[in-house]
Amino acid sequence: MSGDDDQQLRVSKIQNGTVIDHITGGQALNVLAILGIDGTSGESVSVAMNMPSDRLGKKDIVKVEGRELSQNEVDVLSLIAPAASINIVRDYDVVEKHRVERPSVVVGVLECPNHNCITTEDEPVQSRFAVVDDGVRCEYCDTIIRDELPAHILAD
Amino acid sequence: MRHDHIISAKQLSRADIEEVLDHAADIAEDPAAFADRHANTLLGMLFFEPSTRTKMSFMTAMKRLGGDIVDMGSVESSSVKKGESLADTVRVVEGYADALVLRHPMEGSAKMASEFVDVPLVNAGDGAGQHPTQTLLDLYTIRENAGFDDLTIGIMGDLKYGRTVHSLAHALTNVDARQHFVSPESLQLPRSVRYDLHQEGAEVREHTGLEEVLPELDVLYVTRIQRERFPDESEYREVAGQYQIDSDTLESAKDDLTVMHPLPRVDEIAHDVDATDHAKYFQQAHNGVPVRMALLDLILGGEA
Ligand SMILES: [Zn+2]
Repeated sequence: MSGDDDQQLRVSKIQNGTVIDHITGGQALNVLAILGIDGTSGESVSVAMNMPSDRLGKKDIVKVEGRELSQNEVDVLSLIAPAASINIVRDYDVVEKHRVERPSVVVGVLECPNHNCITTEDEPVQSRFAVVDDGVRCEYCDTIIRDELPAHILAD
Repeated sequence: MRHDHIISAKQLSRADIEEVLDHAADIAEDPAAFADRHANTLLGMLFFEPSTRTKMSFMTAMKRLGGDIVDMGSVESSSVKKGESLADTVRVVEGYADALVLRHPMEGSAKMASEFVDVPLVNAGDGAGQHPTQTLLDLYTIRENAGFDDLTIGIMGDLKYGRTVHSLAHALTNVDARQHFVSPESLQLPRSVRYDLHQEGAEVREHTGLEEVLPELDVLYVTRIQRERFPDESEYREVAGQYQIDSDTLESAKDDLTVMHPLPRVDEIAHDVDATDHAKYFQQAHNGVPVRMALLDLILGGEA
């Protein structure tokens, strides 16, 4: 059993749902924001922050009972936690495990913060952001978003 | 030209730029030879905000190529007023015209519109975004007066909201140019333009005063600082005054400094500069016609 797995046990096991491991230290609350979890809708959620990690130095872990992630959620998550791994748990077993992949574009996921951008109008167009070195960039108006990604996630 | 739609100066390679400028030079040499080039061609004019000069310049260019224009008219009198989307408007008008020219107050509008049409679409300014045909005529004027080799250019004024500046800065990364940006701190280049210049490895410096860099410049490109960018009049006065030039200012400049301005100017270039050999802004404006003729000819399938 590796050190990481040991620490994972410190947070309670879940029966069905998703364990997001290897989140960049300190980003767990932003991950919750991306998933739209603020505690009001009753999901059982465990969060561990700044756990020691061989790979990352410090990492966060989020476990969400009864919830599997959509591809859109994983795409945005990858932008703030590029090393994260997603473990799908069914009946206490990890049935799927995959690393997030940084996409080259994210479509229809983020809202452009530029209020004068055509994608914020009532036009038949989805927002499209290219993933650049340290953020994302609107492919229509060129606006770059760096630190404040979770604030611009479009409501479903 | 490999591109059907002309959306951003960023899409233009050095070869594209040279192709348009060389063709424009041929046209300027002998405009009569191109007078019937595009008879029966109709250019659709979609101007969602007023821009008399850019519009007239495109209309003139099309008519000098033997074609004609169809004009949506002012927004107030059109279906847009009734809430029609831009995507619908361009899809309707593409059925009337062989190419479209779009001016729109929102950034990214030209790119979006181009995704809905098959005829070539030319961006004539999208909000604070891009204005690629202005850039082409700017480059034409720069090449005519100062050349593209070993060029030192100063770009002064509102660098934050000035789309002509953003387009020009992108395009200048394709030529051997040192770019000096002169502006108040509150109106410096936006993040996305800095990002691109950095990615391109452009030689760029930023200044708050013109005097430190003026003697080195081959070209000084002046833009207007708009009053509405400032919370109060006095703050505007204070800042704007520092970015005005007159013939005295230019004493310390090179004898062959070229002074440019996308026009209209208000008071950032004093009238006593007009009579000097530095002043090239009217020539620059006139260059809009051959450059737009060249561009239209190329996207409409003319042979350069
Ligand atoms: Zn945008």
